[in-house]
Amino acid sequence: MNKENAITPVFPVGKGKEDVVIRIKDLKKRFGDNHVLNGFNMELYQGENLVIMGKSGSGKTVMIKCLVGLMQPDSGSIEVMGKDITKLDRKALDLLRADIGFLFQGSALYDSMTVRENLEFPLRRHKERFRDRADTETLVLEALKSVGLSHTTELMPAELSGGMKRRVALARTLIMNPRIILYDEPTSGLDPITAKEIIELMRIIQARYRTSALIITHDVDCARVISDRMILLVDGINYAEGTYRELQRSADPQVKAFFK
Amino acid sequence: MYGIKGISGKVAGFFRLSGELSYFAGRYFTEVWKPPFEIRELLHQCYNVGNRSFPLVGITGFIIGLVLTLQTRPTLQEFGAVSWMPAMVGISIVREIGPVVIALICAGRVASGIGAELGSMRVTEQIDAMEVSGTNPFKFLVVTRITATTLMVPVLVIIGDVLALYGSFLIEHLKGNVSFQLYFNQVFDSLEFSDLIPATVKTFFFGFAIGLVGCFKGYYCTKGTVGVGTAANTAVVAASMLIFILDFIAVLISDIFYEL
Ligand SMILES: Nc1ncnc2c1ncn2[C@@H]1O[C@H](COP(=O)(O)OP(=O)(O)O)[C@@H](O)[C@H]1O
Ligand SMILES: [Mg+2]
Repeated sequence: MNKENAITPVFPVGKGKEDVVIRIKDLKKRFGDNHVLNGFNMELYQGENLVIMGKSGSGKTVMIKCLVGLMQPDSGSIEVMGKDITKLDRKALDLLRADIGFLFQGSALYDSMTVRENLEFPLRRHKERFRDRADTETLVLEALKSVGLSHTTELMPAELSGGMKRRVALARTLIMNPRIILYDEPTSGLDPITAKEIIELMRIIQARYRTSALIITHDVDCARVISDRMILLVDGINYAEGTYRELQRSADPQVKAFFK
Repeated sequence: MYGIKGISGKVAGFFRLSGELSYFAGRYFTEVWKPPFEIRELLHQCYNVGNRSFPLVGITGFIIGLVLTLQTRPTLQEFGAVSWMPAMVGISIVREIGPVVIALICAGRVASGIGAELGSMRVTEQIDAMEVSGTNPFKFLVVTRITATTLMVPVLVIIGDVLALYGSFLIEHLKGNVSFQLYFNQVFDSLEFSDLIPATVKTFFFGFAIGLVGCFKGYYCTKGTVGVGTAANTAVVAASMLIFILDFIAVLISDIFYEL
C-alpha cells in the first residue's frame, strides 16, 4: 500500500487551484435526441498532464471541440486562461487559439501541401507573434527536429507512415509555441510500438516546453505513463476523478471496466 | 416511394437545399470583399479548374463541332442551304450548346472534384485544423474555389466554342472546300452582340453555380468516407440541375429583351 503510494505520480508542487488554465463548468451538448454531454465539469491546472478517458462515442472529441470553439455548447461555461471562449469575437478567439495546440485524432495534415507547407500554415496568420523570432525556415526545422523528422520537409503527407504523420502534426502544433496542448487520441490507429514512441515524445515535449496538456484517450497504457491526474467521462459527465493508481483501485464497476 | 409523402418530401428537400445554398452564397458575398484575399490560393485554384477540365472540354468541343456539322449537312444540302452552315453552327454553338455542354462537363469534373476534396478535408478534420490555426477556412477554401470557377468556366467555354467552330470548319473544308477566312467571316457576320453578351454572362453564373454547389456539398459533408462519395455525387447532380435552371432563366430574360 505504502509502496504503491510512493510511485503515485506526485501532483506538481506549487500548482494548485489558483493556477487553473482551463475550467469547464456544467457543459451540455446534444445532437437532436443524442445527449452527448450532460453537465461535464473539469479543471486543468498549469503544467499538469490531465488524461480524460471515455469509451468510443462518449463525447470526448465533442468536449475538446467545444473547448476551442469548433463547436458551440448548448449550455455551460468554458474558461481558457481566464477568458470565456463562448463570448469571444473572432479576433480574440484567434489570438487565444494561438496559445492552444490541438493534435487531431487522425493527424489532420493538409494533404495537398508538403510537410514544410503544413508547418508554415499556422504561422501565416500570426506574423506579429513571430516578428522578433527566428525566420520561418528556422522555426520549421526546429519543430521538425524536436519530433525527429528533419529530413521530411519536402515530402507529402501521403508519403508518410501513420506514426510519422502524427509526429508532423505534433510539430505543427509545437511551432506555435503553445501554452496548452490538447491531444485527441494521440495513439489511436498506431501500432503498439509506434504508440509508445509517440507517448515518449509527448513526455519529452511536456518537459521541454512546460506546457499544460489535456490528453484524450481510451488507451490505458498511455494514461498510465503520461497522466498526473485522470477524469473518466461516462454518460456525458465527469464520472470519476483521481490519479491512475486511485482509479485503478476503485471498486466501482464502471471505473473497473476501463482497467481490464 | 412514389406516394404523396415521398413526393412532398422530395419537394421539401428541394426547397431546403435552395435555402441552404442561398445562405451559403450570401456568406460568400459577405466574405469575398474582406481581406485577407488569399491571392495565391485563388490562382492555384484557377489553375486547378483549368487543368482539370481543359482536355475534356477541348476534345468535347471539337467533337461537337464535327458531329453537328456532319449531321446537319445532308439536311441543309437538301434545301440547297449549305452556305448557311457557318451561321447556323456559329449561333447554335455560341449561344446554347457551347455554354451548356461545357458547363455540364465542368459540373462533372470540377464540382465533383471540389465536393470530394472539401468533403475529405471535413471528414479528416483538416478544416477544423485550419480554423484553430487562425485561418478562416471559408475564405481560404470556399471563397477561392467559387471565385476560381466563376472566372474559369467562361474561359473554358470560350476555348470549347473555338474548338467546336474549328471542328465544324474542318468538315466544311473537307466536304465543301470552304476556306478558313470565308468560314469564320460568315460565323462572325451571323453573330450579333445580342448573342454574345447573354451567352457570356450566363457562363459566369454557370461557373458560380458549379463552385457554389461543389463547395457546399463538400463543406457540410457528413461523417465518414461514404459521406465523401455522396458529396461528390450529389454535387454533380445538383450543379447540373442548377445549370439547366439558370440557362432557362437566361433564355427567358434575353427573350424579354429581344421583344423590346
Ligand atoms: N457533428 C455531429 N453531428 C451529430 N452528432 C455528432 C456530431 N459529432 C459527434 N456526434 C455524436 O456525438 C457522440 C460523441 O462523439 P465523439 O465526441 O466523436 O466521440 P469520442 O468520444 O469517440 O470522441 C457520437 O454519438 C457522435 O455520433
Ligand atoms: Mg473522438
